[in-house]
Formats: sequence, C-alpha cells, structure tokens
Amino acid sequence: MEQRVSLKRTSLYVSGSSPANINEAVFYNEDCIVYDLEDSVPTSEKDTARLIVYNALRYQRPADKYVIIRVNGIYSEFLDEDLEASVRARPDALRIPKVESAEEVQKISAKVAEIESQVGIEVGSIELWCNIESYLGVINALEIASADPRVVALALGAEDYTASMKAQRTKQGLEMFYARNALLIACRAAGVDAIDMVFSDIDDLEGLREDVSMARNLGFDGKTAIHPRQIDTINSFFTPSKKEINYALRVLAAVEEGKRLNKGAVALDGSMIDKPVELRALTTIAQARAAGIKIGGENHAG
Amino acid sequence: MQLKHPAVAGTLESSDVQVTIHPNNGMGLDIRIESIVKAQFGDAILETVEEVLASFGIAEALVRINDKGALDWVIRARMQAAICRGADCSFDWKGEDA
Repeated sequence: MEQRVSLKRTSLYVSGSSPANINEAVFYNEDCIVYDLEDSVPTSEKDTARLIVYNALRYQRPADKYVIIRVNGIYSEFLDEDLEASVRARPDALRIPKVESAEEVQKISAKVAEIESQVGIEVGSIELWCNIESYLGVINALEIASADPRVVALALGAEDYTASMKAQRTKQGLEMFYARNALLIACRAAGVDAIDMVFSDIDDLEGLREDVSMARNLGFDGKTAIHPRQIDTINSFFTPSKKEINYALRVLAAVEEGKRLNKGAVALDGSMIDKPVELRALTTIAQARAAGIKIGGENHAG
Repeated sequence: MQLKHPAVAGTLESSDVQVTIHPNNGMGLDIRIESIVKAQFGDAILETVEEVLASFGIAEALVRINDKGALDWVIRARMQAAICRGADCSFDWKGEDA
C-alpha cells in the first residue's frame, strides 16, 4: 500500500477542562494538539469540557496545527455526545482510546459519517487515530490500522498496555519493546503513521532523549507529549539532520537521473536504490520542509 | 427553555469564568458581572451573556459572572453549560447546524 508523508512529530494533550492550557497550547511548537475529553476530564465535567472544546475550535481554532479531539472510550456512556460535539467542531482527526478490533473502528466511523452528513461536512473528511493500549489491541493492530480509510495513525499507550500485560513500567521500556515493534509493523503494512507512547517523567529530559531516540530509530513517525517542555526535545529527534537531508537529496537526484536515462535500476555509492529507500528519502525531505528547513536553494518552506 | 434550579459552571482559575445561574420567575433578567477586566471588557462580556441567554430563549434568570480573564468562547461555553445544568437538559448539538 502506498505510504503517505505527513508531519506528526509531536502531539500534545491539553485538557478540555482547562481554558488556560487550551490558550497556551497554540504557542508551543507541537505539530498536533490533542484536545482531551477523556482521562484529564473528571466525570462531573464531561458536559462542560465538550462545550469548551467545541467553542474553542469554533471561535479560536489554531491555524497552523493538526487538530485532534480525544473522545471518551468506545463503551463509555459519554461517547455518543462526544461525537456529536467533536464532529461539529471540525477537527482534523478524532483520537479513539483503547481500540481493540476493526469492528469498533467501523462502528465509530459509521457514527462519524452520520454526523458529518447531518452537519454538511464531506463524509470521510475527519480522520481517526486509534490508541492501542492493551494486548488485544497489539494483537489486532493490523486489522485496526486497515479497518477503515479514515484511520491515519495508531498511537501506543504504555500505561494501560503494561497493566493489561501485568508488566511493570520501567524507564528503559524493555517491557514495551515488542508492542512498539508490533504496532510499527502493522502501521507500515497498512500505510498509516505510528505514534510512540508518552514518556511520563516530565522532569527527566535525559531519559526522554534516550526514549525518543529509540522511538526514532525503530521507525516511529512521532511521539505523544504529556507536557509542553517535552516538545522541542521530541521535535529535534524527528526533524531530519543536515546529513540525512543531503543523503535524501542525492537519492532523489539519482532516481531522477535513472528515470531520465530510462534505467531500470539505480545505484548510489555502490548500493541499489529500491522503492523503500526512495520513499524514506521523500519522507525526509517532506519532514524537513514541513519543519521549515530550506532545501536546495528554496527561499521559503515548501 | 425553563431553568428548574440554580446551577454553576466553570472555575475561578486564571483564563476561566464561573457562571452561576438561578431561575427568576416573573422578574426578568438580572445579570451581574465581576471581572478583573470589567473596565475594558465589561460591555463585551454582557453582550455574550445576553446572546447565549437569548439563544436558549431564556428571558428570566439571575446570572452571576465571576470572570478571571476568560476569552469570549470560554464565557460562551460556561454559560451554555450552566444553562443546560440548570434546565436538566443536554446541549442541542443539532441546533448548531442551522
């Protein structure tokens, strides 16, 4: 399946019950803001959080962010009204907690379609991010990622996953190693983005660096941030280095030259350039451009 | 819409507003605003409060606004929540499609 290129380096959670946090979030460097109606909102405040998030997006939508609303769980009594409010707020995506099967995704998608149709939004325009937060979610990651065209990302949730596994959470994260890889493989097979888990200790920036370095090396497209102070560190790992950009440009130039000469196979520095190498190069360039890096004599971010 | 009992929404944290609303049968609207920015934005706050009340068809209510520097959309959201709570009803989302 064709893989898409997009910028989802950091997604910052902001509570739907905190106008102050919502106001501040637009001033940080995160790529995605996740307006939360779930865990950060007390049960007694679900009604007001919906109205806060709806009005925030209707009257003060951040212009340069990918906007996500995390609704309450699939089996929660709050979900139906969350969807009524959230679809009308016209976010880029909805983030669905604790997804464990394709059927769950399809049910949500059908409900979203119904509301999109009522509201007059193009049906299918609101994307879905599925949170994978249990062993069953990990086992079924591929069917979840492939369940519906709306699904553009899977995001790993470590706390609930380790609880479901009876595992202990550690900073090194070996207990998450299999889940991270399983989720990544599913995302790559389905052609959707893979978003890594939260690093919970907001005071440990060195630990965060090690954790996000691992995530980047494994292949993740981004990471969820739990605090604004984590954003720049995470972004720095998911923004291509000058060396990576130069290599990507050389790869793409070699591919172009191969096409011009009508060559079936192209090599660079003695290695064959196959389709995945070309795709990685395209991703690198797109991420660099989206991060505002000027490439190849450009005088503006393309 | 008929208010059935007093209701509160919002907090006294910075950038928020606490709205308290009471039924005021036969006595019309009584809106009182306390705000750290009343001198600059008192009229705008009043306008938003009246607009939300009108959108629910409420012509009789005691409304107390304790504003800690909330933006217009926060006042709107807290007003809507307080009214729904006071009227024991859910927000009419389909009404937003008009």
